[in-house]
Amino acid sequence: MQDDKLIIAGKAYNSRLLVGTGKYKDMDETRDAIEASGAEIVTVAIRRTNIGQNPDEPNLLDVISPDKYTILPNTAGCYTAKDAVRTCQLARELLDGHDLVKLEVLGDEKTLYPNMVETIAAAEVLIKDGFKVMVYTSDDPIISKHLEEMGCVAVMPLAGLIGSGLGICNPHNLRLILENAEVPILVDAGVGTASDATIAMELGCEAVLMNTAIAGAKNPVLMASAMKKAIEAGREAFLAGRMPKKAYASASSPIDGTFF
Amino acid sequence: MEIFVNGEARQIEEPCSVSKLLENMEIVGQRLAVEVNEEIVPKSRHAEHLFHDGDKVEIVHAIGGG
Repeated sequence: MQDDKLIIAGKAYNSRLLVGTGKYKDMDETRDAIEASGAEIVTVAIRRTNIGQNPDEPNLLDVISPDKYTILPNTAGCYTAKDAVRTCQLARELLDGHDLVKLEVLGDEKTLYPNMVETIAAAEVLIKDGFKVMVYTSDDPIISKHLEEMGCVAVMPLAGLIGSGLGICNPHNLRLILENAEVPILVDAGVGTASDATIAMELGCEAVLMNTAIAGAKNPVLMASAMKKAIEAGREAFLAGRMPKKAYASASSPIDGTFF
Repeated sequence: MEIFVNGEARQIEEPCSVSKLLENMEIVGQRLAVEVNEEIVPKSRHAEHLFHDGDKVEIVHAIGGG
């Protein structure tokens, strides 16, 4: 398993779990959970600096250092291509030219479902501007392929709504997306517990990105550790290739040689 | 002269550079990015970029997010 690396935009990673940094109680919990998850790619949001508020509060990037982690700025909260592009440009400036971004353009507040028209428009501008785009998308196989062909470095369909914890709602669509993919497919959003992450990996996803499933657990640090194992178990099961399902029993112990 | 920093009006003395503003706000040396009228002002130009009356300035940083 040493050689089984996740490759995104030409860079190799050992961990197939990507984690967010939102919704934690404090910076200590953020740091401990991320460490327990073993994640190497960590998402952050870009927001206005609070002027004159809590000047002593540690900066997130001091806790989650870009020297140690690959920082993946997101465009969460953007509802238009223009806002998403602007956010990515600010993130690149903030991170000294680092150009890997998570593009998400949302459609409505209730579902946080991606607006794919705006997402595609933003991806086009960003790719032309030299960004390496990991794109959050609806679980539509045609759109997913289109995003790949545009030049997105990873395509990240939702498994369920953001923050819902509903699990893998439509494994059939994920299968269709995976069947034709030539870039890494990551499940982004929907995972609620460890078994959900394992199912995503067993389906053949290259990795899983999650935030609330860890931060929203009663014990986030313990759940981060569970997710690390769940991702590894799912990946190994996928590589091992599961046994075929049968309608009837098949004895595990030999039938011959019984003495009764 | 009046500029708008993160949506709030702020009086500044002319001439004022981005570096000077960050100094006045006591946020020098922090990991942040600055935009003036929706155009990025790179760190390398903070010292030379001067504000004009009515400029809309955004100063952003990274926070927790998924």
